[in-house]
Amino acid sequence: MNKREMLLQRQGWADALIELGTKDPRVVVLDADLAKSTLTCQFRDKFPKRFFDMGIAEQNMVNTAGGLSLTGLIPFVTTYGVFVSGRAWEQIRTSVCYGKLNVKFGGAHGGISVGPDGATHQALEEISIMRVLPEMTVLVPADYHETKKAVLASASIDGPVYIRFGRKKTPVVTAKDTPFEVGKAIIMKQGTDLTIIACGTMVASALDTAERLEKEGVSAEVINLHTIKPIDRDAIVSSVRKTGCLVTAEEHQLAGGMGSAVLEVLAEEMPVPVERVGIRDTFGESGTPQELMEKYGITSKEIFEKAHSALSRKKIDIRSLS
Amino acid sequence: MIPTFPARLSQKERLLKAVTMRRDIVTMTHAAGSGHPGGSLSAVELLVALFFEHLKHNPADPQWKERDFMIFCKCHITPTIYSILARSGYFSPEILLTFRKFGSPLQGHPYRFYPAGIEMSGGSLGQNLSIAGGVALGLKTQGKPNRVYALSSEGDLQEGQSWEAIMSAAHFRLDNLCLLVDYNKLQIDGYVEDVMGVHPLDEKFRSFNWHVLSVENGHDFNEINAAISSAKTLTGRPQVIIAHTVKGKGISFMENQAGWHGKAPNADECQKALIELAQQEELILQNDLVPASPISYTFKIKEKIPPYKV
Repeated sequence: MNKREMLLQRQGWADALIELGTKDPRVVVLDADLAKSTLTCQFRDKFPKRFFDMGIAEQNMVNTAGGLSLTGLIPFVTTYGVFVSGRAWEQIRTSVCYGKLNVKFGGAHGGISVGPDGATHQALEEISIMRVLPEMTVLVPADYHETKKAVLASASIDGPVYIRFGRKKTPVVTAKDTPFEVGKAIIMKQGTDLTIIACGTMVASALDTAERLEKEGVSAEVINLHTIKPIDRDAIVSSVRKTGCLVTAEEHQLAGGMGSAVLEVLAEEMPVPVERVGIRDTFGESGTPQELMEKYGITSKEIFEKAHSALSRKKIDIRSLS
Repeated sequence: MIPTFPARLSQKERLLKAVTMRRDIVTMTHAAGSGHPGGSLSAVELLVALFFEHLKHNPADPQWKERDFMIFCKCHITPTIYSILARSGYFSPEILLTFRKFGSPLQGHPYRFYPAGIEMSGGSLGQNLSIAGGVALGLKTQGKPNRVYALSSEGDLQEGQSWEAIMSAAHFRLDNLCLLVDYNKLQIDGYVEDVMGVHPLDEKFRSFNWHVLSVENGHDFNEINAAISSAKTLTGRPQVIIAHTVKGKGISFMENQAGWHGKAPNADECQKALIELAQQEELILQNDLVPASPISYTFKIKEKIPPYKV
């Protein structure tokens, strides 16, 4: 295992908002009584007149942001992912997406690694229920730097963007100057035998797995799929055309999540053996992030095992088809 | 040349515009074979007053920077919404009869991008008072003087989100926001107070720190105009005008009938309604002394006492 620097994605969210706020007076931030947790309190302290605490009323928060956008402002809505994507889903659907309103969403506390708060606060469905919405862009950055870059990039998209990030400190896997482009997956490591596609905090686990596989003589390619929608079809297809099998890894329900989105592309363009790591149709519980990741089977150990299953299922050489 | 509003109308002009709109509502829903005539008819006078005599807007330039914003919360009343937009000059009344048809810009519920004059999509109740609040907050934050008007109904106010919006509009002291409630006492399943009581609305708004104005007859132009004018002078809090109206107003067989919430008139009913409207128009044109409101076929329903007393 690599020893990597550990940083908060939330801090990336907050730092980017302040950077945007400094450059552009149209940027405003809304939170639902969680400013200290989502770290939007840092924006509030710097720009008190452009910060609105909406209290514990997420539906009104989403549509208030919609109204603010109609006056030319660029609102960033922040609260826990469960509440913003779930409780206010129809507001996001009918008011924001149907109306093509320029509202950005920060879904904090994504994934089971939220830990001791338990199942109620562990968002495991947002990728699925946000990517189904027309007009919506869905970003799942891997670390501090990428979260910051995702926020900065979202400001130049004229329309709704959902950005998912976690609670705990996560390993830093990208550099400050790694290029980030919405819709363009990042190949973190080149390989020829197997592709591992991961998003969010699972990118670090995928890199660890690839290192372990390398020692066995298996060359794994690791793709950081930070944009779930619009999905980078070319990156996915050209990688599996080369490797012939795939493992996906996400801290999210398997139904409808990142892995599902990848399967949709492959089923249409390049069917290959696929194994998936993610939450298997169950809710979480209280525990430390590590305990939960282990119990629910979303660590590099499972990626490693799934890699071997995928490799053994790779009976025909897919390269001959291309 | 399309005029810039607000303008000033004579009493006769107001009443004639109301008849024209009712004719639009009846013919549009008949042609579409679906739609919502009941709540469309109850809001006619409120919108005639607002669009012609109070709202600052310019149909030749819908995005005019100095305009007041009109946000519809009860968006199922598209016949009334499209009629008032067409009759104030946003688009040709000729397309009104394409309402709800495939390829028409006149969607069953309004879409933000067309026709001109629509500020915001809507149709899912409870959402757009928050939009109106957001617009008001955005204008205030940027130091702009534009006002925001919203039109709601007691059905819209049954949605919990509406009360989140009412709470936050008062919290942010949005005195640039004026909400009109088309309070017609009926909804699809029957009397509001039988389905899910909202009474007493005025006390609810008062306790949420709003300025509350009541219009006893929501079809009386003098009362409506006085209330909207008075709302403009009130500061420090948002204003609500609770207008007591009659669902299906102006068409004898539709008045106070919950069944006409979401049902289109057939050919005979349409014909009958148009004859009644022609008679009303004739009366207005003949009389020098015209009443403040259209003729009434029935009386408005008083709030019934809620079944459960605390």
